Amino acid sequence: MIVDPISLMVALIVVSTPLLLAAIGELVVEKSGVLNLGVEGMMIIGAVTGYIAAVETGSVTLAFVAGMIGGLLLSSIFAVLTQLLLSNQVATGLALTLFGLGLSALLGVGYGGTPMPPVRDIFPQVMQDIPVIGPILFGHSAMIYLAVLLVAAVWYVLTHTRAGLVLRAVGESHEAAHALGYKVIRIRMLAILFGGACAGLSGAFLSVARVQNWIDGMTAGAGWIALALVVFASWKPWRLLIGAYLFGGIAALQLRLQAAEIGVPVALLDASPYLITILVLAVISSDKSRLAMNAPAALGKVFHASS
Amino acid sequence: MTSPLFETIGLTKAYPGVVANDDVSFAIRPGEIHALLGENGAGKSTLVKTIYGLVKPDAGEMLFKGTVYAPSEPRAARAAGVAMVFQHFSLFEALSVAENIALGMENPPKPRDLAARITEVSAQYGLPLDPDRLVGDLSAGERQRVEIIRCLLQDPKLLIMDEPTSVLTPQEVEILFHTLRKLRDEGTAILYISHKLDEIRALCDEATILRLGKVVATCTPREVSAAEMAELMVGKSLSRPARDAGAPGEVLLHVGGLSVTPASPFGTPLRHIGFEVRAGEVLGIGGVAGNGQDELLAALSGETRVPPRTILLSDTPVGAMGPNKRRALGLLCAPEERLGHAAAPDMTLTENAVLTARVRQQLDRHGFVDWGSTRDYAAKIIERFDVRTPGTEVAARALSGGNLQKFVIGREVLQNPKVLVVNQPTWGVDASAAAAIRQALLDLATGGAAVIVISQDLDELLEISDRFCALNEGRLSAPRPARGLSMEEVGLMLGGAHDMHEAQPEAAE
Amino acid sequence: MIRLEKRPTPSRAWNIGAPILAVVLTMIAGGVMFALLGQDPVEAIRVIFWDPLFHERFAAFSRPQLLVKAGPLILIAIGLALGFRAGIWNIGAEGQYIMGALFGAAFGLALYPSESPLIFPAMVIAGALGGWAWAMIPAILKTRFRTNEILVSLLLVYVAEAILASAATGWLRNPEGMGFPGSRDLARHPGTDNPEVIAGTGMHWGVITAFIAVIAAYVLLNRHVLGYQIKLAGQAPRAARFAGVNPGRLVILCLGISGVLAGMAGLFEVSGPAGQITIDFNVGYGFTAIIVAFLGRLHPIGILLAGLLMALTYIGGELAQLMLGVPASAIQAFQGMLLFFLLALDVLANYRIKRAREVVA
Repeated sequence: MIVDPISLMVALIVVSTPLLLAAIGELVVEKSGVLNLGVEGMMIIGAVTGYIAAVETGSVTLAFVAGMIGGLLLSSIFAVLTQLLLSNQVATGLALTLFGLGLSALLGVGYGGTPMPPVRDIFPQVMQDIPVIGPILFGHSAMIYLAVLLVAAVWYVLTHTRAGLVLRAVGESHEAAHALGYKVIRIRMLAILFGGACAGLSGAFLSVARVQNWIDGMTAGAGWIALALVVFASWKPWRLLIGAYLFGGIAALQLRLQAAEIGVPVALLDASPYLITILVLAVISSDKSRLAMNAPAALGKVFHASS
Repeated sequence: MTSPLFETIGLTKAYPGVVANDDVSFAIRPGEIHALLGENGAGKSTLVKTIYGLVKPDAGEMLFKGTVYAPSEPRAARAAGVAMVFQHFSLFEALSVAENIALGMENPPKPRDLAARITEVSAQYGLPLDPDRLVGDLSAGERQRVEIIRCLLQDPKLLIMDEPTSVLTPQEVEILFHTLRKLRDEGTAILYISHKLDEIRALCDEATILRLGKVVATCTPREVSAAEMAELMVGKSLSRPARDAGAPGEVLLHVGGLSVTPASPFGTPLRHIGFEVRAGEVLGIGGVAGNGQDELLAALSGETRVPPRTILLSDTPVGAMGPNKRRALGLLCAPEERLGHAAAPDMTLTENAVLTARVRQQLDRHGFVDWGSTRDYAAKIIERFDVRTPGTEVAARALSGGNLQKFVIGREVLQNPKVLVVNQPTWGVDASAAAAIRQALLDLATGGAAVIVISQDLDELLEISDRFCALNEGRLSAPRPARGLSMEEVGLMLGGAHDMHEAQPEAAE
Repeated sequence: MIRLEKRPTPSRAWNIGAPILAVVLTMIAGGVMFALLGQDPVEAIRVIFWDPLFHERFAAFSRPQLLVKAGPLILIAIGLALGFRAGIWNIGAEGQYIMGALFGAAFGLALYPSESPLIFPAMVIAGALGGWAWAMIPAILKTRFRTNEILVSLLLVYVAEAILASAATGWLRNPEGMGFPGSRDLARHPGTDNPEVIAGTGMHWGVITAFIAVIAAYVLLNRHVLGYQIKLAGQAPRAARFAGVNPGRLVILCLGISGVLAGMAGLFEVSGPAGQITIDFNVGYGFTAIIVAFLGRLHPIGILLAGLLMALTYIGGELAQLMLGVPASAIQAFQGMLLFFLLALDVLANYRIKRAREVVA
C-alpha cells in the first residue's frame, strides 16, 4: 500500500486545522457584510509573531496568543481603513496581504530554524494507543480540538443568540440595521478583529505546531483557500468543517503521493489542492439559488450613514 | 382638553446648504392621529428621524409625557414608548418574520413565545402574518404588517407611520385605517406622515403642515378643504397638466405572452403579460411596487432578453434585442431608480447623457465618443427641461431628486422616441417638477409617440392615462379607459387581475 | 467628533494630491520602520529614493534599471487598471505573467538554434497568448458559473508556479546546462533576445510596449465607447446594463486584455533582463503591479508615474540591502504601507472631513 490511511487521516486533521481556523474567522467577517481579502496577510503575520513568541518565551500557549494578537493588529488596519475611512474593501484586503507578506519576512529575519518547544498532545498515551481511532481521534494537540469547538461556538452564536442575529442583520442590510439603531460600524469592526485573531491563530498553528519552523511565505496560499472555503460552505459553519477536511485531505494525500513517486507529474500534484479548490468553487457557484440565499446581501458594500 | 403626550419646541436641524427643520413646534395628544403633511423635501423625514433618535437636532427640544425627551439612539426612543413604521430600509429580506420582529424589540421573548405573540397580535388587529416566512417572500403590504406588528408588540405610546399607504392597494389602505383607528381608540397617539390629502382628511384628527422645513399651518383636516391644504403645502396653486386628446393612431408596441423568471431570489416573475399601445396614447400601468414593475421595465428596455416575437415594435420583433438596438428602433425607457440605474451617480451630466443617447443622437464616430456634441446634448436637456444645475460637468448625485429626474426624462424625450416607457416618473420628486414631467409625457404623446407610465401613484395615472391597467403579482389586467374609473374599481384591479382570462385568451395557464 | 460628509463632486485636487501626500507619509512611516530596525532613517530614505538616480558610483548602473523594472510593472498595471475600473478583479497577473513567459520561451526554444528575426515577434505573440489563455480560465468560470474571479485568478498563480517549477527543472531545462535547473539563455541567443533598443537606457521592447499601452489605455478610457462602458460598469453596474453593456463580454475583454499585457510582460522579462526561465525568475511584478495600478488612481498617466516610483523603490531596496544590510522584504512592507496610506487618503477625494458639533442632549 502506497498510503497508510490512518496516518493520512491524522495528517489530514492537522493540515486542515489552520484552514478551518482562518475560514471560521472570515465567515464571521463576511456574515457581518465585510469582505476581507487580507486573510493570507493576517495568517502569515500570525505565523511569524507566534513563532517569535515561541522561540523567545518557550511557551506554546503564549505563542498562540501572540499569533492572535499579531493577526488582530493587522486586521485593525483593515478595520480602520474600510469602516472609518470607507476605503474599497477589495483593494484594502489586497494591500493587507501584500503588507503582511512583506512585514512578516522583515520580522522573521534570523528566526528560521530555531528549535521549538514541543506541542503536547492532550489525551493520555493509553487513549492514543487504541487501534485506528486512537491516533485519529485522540492523537492531537489541544488546538485541533479547539478549532472544532470554535466552529461549533460560531454556529451556536450565529443561529441561536441575539448577538448572532444582529450580526447577520448587519450583513444583510446595513441601512435597515442602522435605521433600527444598531451600530453597524462598531459591529463590523469587532467582526473584522475577530477574523484577524482567528487568522493570526491559524498562522501561529501553522508555524508553531505543524511545520515547527518559520519559512518566508510559508502560508503559500492557505489564506486564499480559506476564503474559498467560506464560499464552498455557503457561509454555513458546519459545511466549513467538511470543506476544510476535504482540502486538508487532498493536500495531505498529494504530499504522500509525491513521496511514493507513483508517476503522476509532481507539478500536477503540487497544483492539485489549488486546482481542486477552483473546480469546487466553480461547481458551488454555478448553483444559483442556494448561494444567493446564504450570501450576506451587503457583502463588500461600503456603509456611510448619511444622517 | 387633555395635555399633550408629545411636543416639539423649536426643533432646528441644518444640513450643508439646506435647513431641513427650522424652528418646528407641534404637539400630539394621547389617542390622536396627527398628520404631518408636506411635499418631498419639506423636512418630514428629518423631523421623524429626530423623534426616533436617528438625528440629533441643532437646537430646540422635545417633551414626552411632560418631561424632556432626547433619545440618543432609536433604542432609547423605543424604551420611552416611541415606535416607528418606516417607508424603506428597515426589514431584512433573508431573515424570517420573527427574526425581523425580534431585531426591532428591546427584550424579545424566546423565539417560540415570540412566534405565538406575533400570531396572537396579528390576529387581534386583523393583520395575519406567518412568523416563520422569509420577509423576502412577502408582498409589500405584508412587509408593512411586519413593521406594524413589530411596533405593536412594544406597546407604544406614540406610533410614527412614514408614508404607510404608498405600498398599499386602496382595499389594503382601508384595513390599515381600521387598525389605526382601533389603536387610537385604545389610547395610542399616531403621527401619520403623508402627502396624500384625501387620506389625511379621512383619518387624521389634527394636521401640521410643513413647507421648506417650517411649520406653515396647523389645522383640523376635516374642517379644511383638500385644495386649501394643498395650497398650504405647496405654497402656490399648480396647474394640472393638460393636452388635447386626439384619436389614437396605429399600434406602435405590441406585447403578448411575455413571461420572465426573475434573476434575483426575491424578484417577481412576469406571467403572460400582454398589451398594446397606440401612437398618441398614454397607457398607465398601476400597481404596488414589487409586483413586477422592475421586471417589466427590464423586459421592455432589453436588459432582460425575451423571445423575439413577445415584443413587437411596429411589427418588428425586438424581444431578443439588447437595449441599444431597441433604442435605434425607437423604443426608449426611463427606469425608476435614478441613481445607479437611469444614471451613474459619480459621472457628470455629460457622461450621463451619452448613456442612453449615443445611438439615436449619433454621439460617437467609429466607436469614439464625440464629447463636444454630447455636452451640447446635455446642455439642451438642461435648458429644455429646466434642470437646476451649475452646469453639465456636475456629478449626477449632486442634483436633487427632482432635477435629476427631469434630466433623465428629458434625455429620453428629446430623442424623439416612438415608444417611451417610464417607471415611477415622479417618485420622490417635488410637486412642480412632477407637474413638469407629466406635462412633458403628455406632450410627447400628443406629438404621436406611445407612452407607457408605470406608477404606484394612482392619482397620477388616472390624471394622465388614456387607458389604465394594473400589474399584480406579475400579471397584468386588461386595460380599461381611464376616464370614469372609480377608486374602487381601480382597487379591485390592483387586488387581483380578475378579468385576465377574458382579456388574454391566448395566455391561459 | 469627526464626521465624513460626501462631496457632491469628487475633489480633483485631492485626486492628484492624495498620492503625493501618501508618498510623503510613507517616507515618514518607513523612516520610523527603519529606525526600529536600527537604521538611520534619513540615510535609509536617501538610499532608497535618491541614490538610485544620483549616487556617484551606483547611479550609472541603477538609472537604466529604472526603466527595466518600471516597464513590466506599467504594462501589467495598465491591464489590471482597465479591469479594476470595470469592477473585475484580476489579482492573478503574476500567474499570467509566468504563463506568458513560459509560452513565449517554449516557442522560441522549440525553434532553437534558428536565428530568424521573425522568432522574437512570434515569441511576443506566443507570450501574449499564454497570458491570455491563463486569464481566460477565471473569465470563463465567471461568465459561465459566476465563480469569483478574485479567488480563481489568485489560486491559478500557485498552479502557474508549479508549472514553472516543472519547466525549469524538466521540460524546458537547458540540455547543455549540466543538470542545473533553468532553460537555455534566451537573452544571449540572437533571434530570441530582447535587447536594449537604446544602449545604456534600459529601454527594451517591453518598455516601449508599456509606453504604447499607456497611450492606448488613455485614449480608450477618455475617448472610446468601450472605455466609457468599462467605467460605467465599474461605477454603476445596473446603469451599464441599461446602457447596453454586456457584462459577460466585458469580463472576457478586461481579463483578456490584462492577461495579454501580463503575458507579454513575462515574455519581455524572460527574454531580456531575466534572460532565461528559472524556477524563480518571476519576482512578484504581477502583485506589485496591483499597487502600481491603485497608486496611479487606475489612470494611465498616473500608472506611468507610479510604475516609475515603484521601480525606484525596488532599486532603492536593492541598494539599501547592499549598502545598509536592510532585508529585501523591507521594501515589500514599504510598498504595502504606501498603498495603505493612499487608500486612507482616498477618502479625502470623495468626502469632506467635518468636525461635528457635539449637541448636548
